[in-house]
Amino acid sequence: MFGGMSIQRQRKLVIFSFITVPLLLLLTFAYYPALELIRLSFTDWDGISADKSFIGWANYKEVFSNPDIFGVFKNNVAYFVVGLVQNVVAIYFAVVLNGKLKGKNAFRLLLFLPYILNGVAVAYLFGYVYDTTNGSLNLMLGQLGFDKLAGTSWLGQSTIVDYSLASISFWRFMGFNMVIYLAALQSIPSDLYEAASIDGANGWQKFAYITLPNIYKIIELNLFLTVTGALEVFDLPFVLTKGGPAGASETFVLQIVETAFQFNNYGLASAMSVVLLVFVIIVLSIQRYLLKGKGE
Amino acid sequence: MNNERIGWTILKYASLALAVFAILFPPYIIIVNAFKTTEEFFGKAATALPDSFLHFANFAEAFEKADMPRAFGNTSIIIVLSLVLNILIGSAFCYAVGRFQFKLRGPLVGLFLFATIIPTITTQVVNYKTIQSLELTNNLLGPVLLYVGADILQIYIYMQFIRNIPYELDESAMIEGASLFRIYRTIIFPLLGPATATIIILKTISIYNDMFVPYLYLPRPEHVVVSTSLMRFFSVNSGDWQLVSAAILIIMIPTALLYLFLQKYIFAGVTSGAVK
Repeated sequence: MFGGMSIQRQRKLVIFSFITVPLLLLLTFAYYPALELIRLSFTDWDGISADKSFIGWANYKEVFSNPDIFGVFKNNVAYFVVGLVQNVVAIYFAVVLNGKLKGKNAFRLLLFLPYILNGVAVAYLFGYVYDTTNGSLNLMLGQLGFDKLAGTSWLGQSTIVDYSLASISFWRFMGFNMVIYLAALQSIPSDLYEAASIDGANGWQKFAYITLPNIYKIIELNLFLTVTGALEVFDLPFVLTKGGPAGASETFVLQIVETAFQFNNYGLASAMSVVLLVFVIIVLSIQRYLLKGKGE
Repeated sequence: MNNERIGWTILKYASLALAVFAILFPPYIIIVNAFKTTEEFFGKAATALPDSFLHFANFAEAFEKADMPRAFGNTSIIIVLSLVLNILIGSAFCYAVGRFQFKLRGPLVGLFLFATIIPTITTQVVNYKTIQSLELTNNLLGPVLLYVGADILQIYIYMQFIRNIPYELDESAMIEGASLFRIYRTIIFPLLGPATATIIILKTISIYNDMFVPYLYLPRPEHVVVSTSLMRFFSVNSGDWQLVSAAILIIMIPTALLYLFLQKYIFAGVTSGAVK
């Protein structure tokens, strides 16, 4: 049906019709909300009524001065710390699986498995593992003779609950990081290693002087994912602890959701969202800046 | 030198053994308990094996009580609709952007790539209102619209892929008098097949595993999806671990199977999708 049209006209038609819909979707669901968030963050809108009165910086003052809001970032720290360990472990296993090894595909398959499992199912699975009286973790600790530890309430003690939850995300995402590192390792030309062997380099030296510099960019990418992941933690505490005990596992995003959808304080929730958005952009800018410094 | 190598080999296998244990230890408890009868569950240690791995009563009960037939049905509808729209819109967009030079092409692509840094979870507060004003809350189409509109993974993957399809193919078809639309439909789209396969798998897994969107936009029981069915089931049956274990396993199995059969595509997709 386009046969009769000149290529020029077809070209215009294709460009126009193929771009309009995705562009509209992008503007509606990415850029409009980002801008609208900024506007709402200066109002006291409750999400229902028609009037949104302008209240200046009051919401932002609330975010930064109320320890109940900004203070929860200390809970996000656990996810960041565990995320760093997770990256070190992921690099280690990527190196192991990149070398000569029997059954390395089977190991890769198994280590990546948790990543593709349903997040809610994984959360409840760990709810059982962590259960104080019936959980398999305490049963195992008891059998190993750690009687003191075997009565631990992993999700009920405010000092450890964030680390218990962060460990679940370690279990889930280590294999994902590892697969990304592994792909980076496989793209390093093997003659670099051969040349180093001829020069008498040992395994550690090869790792420090060839492997690490070559996967530098991917390490930064994974660290970015770790930092933003830690800032945006939501589903584990939401499903397992609802932020408890006594707010010890509240995270910033969990609070945004509660503020907006339970307490109908859209103005404050918008200000919190904007703060989070700015944090993510700052982290990304630092990463880009560091990459440039390395001459990439 | 030789000692060092032996040491490394021991460390390597010991650490792998530890990793395998760490991966398998958590699921172990739900696998053994999902097959236990009530008497077994109360009579035996939680970590003990069941008498028989052919005791499927817990699965049947969980499947029915958690309204899983409906949940799997709704999830399938959402996945299929999202995929069809994603693939059509994404591949067409990348054909237009990847094959033609036009004013504002650069800024347009930049606009799409820049959007990846906006965390979708931060914009939910406004998107919720948008979906509400479109009257798509409590409607399976609401999540579909979000999965199509708010995620641009498909565009990113297609853009990488279309560059590797030689432009001579387009040219020779044009010389033979094919319309541009026909070129897109009969040459470009089929050649994008591997990218389409990757998108299908990654999107299926991410939609299947998503909890936040259905929780927020589909609160009614008749719109239950797999993630929310498990949450509702747990809130009612939270002490009955043998039933909950069976429900968890039922929810986990589909993506695990998909993974076993399509691992090659999944690994390829995860690596190309992550490096965006």
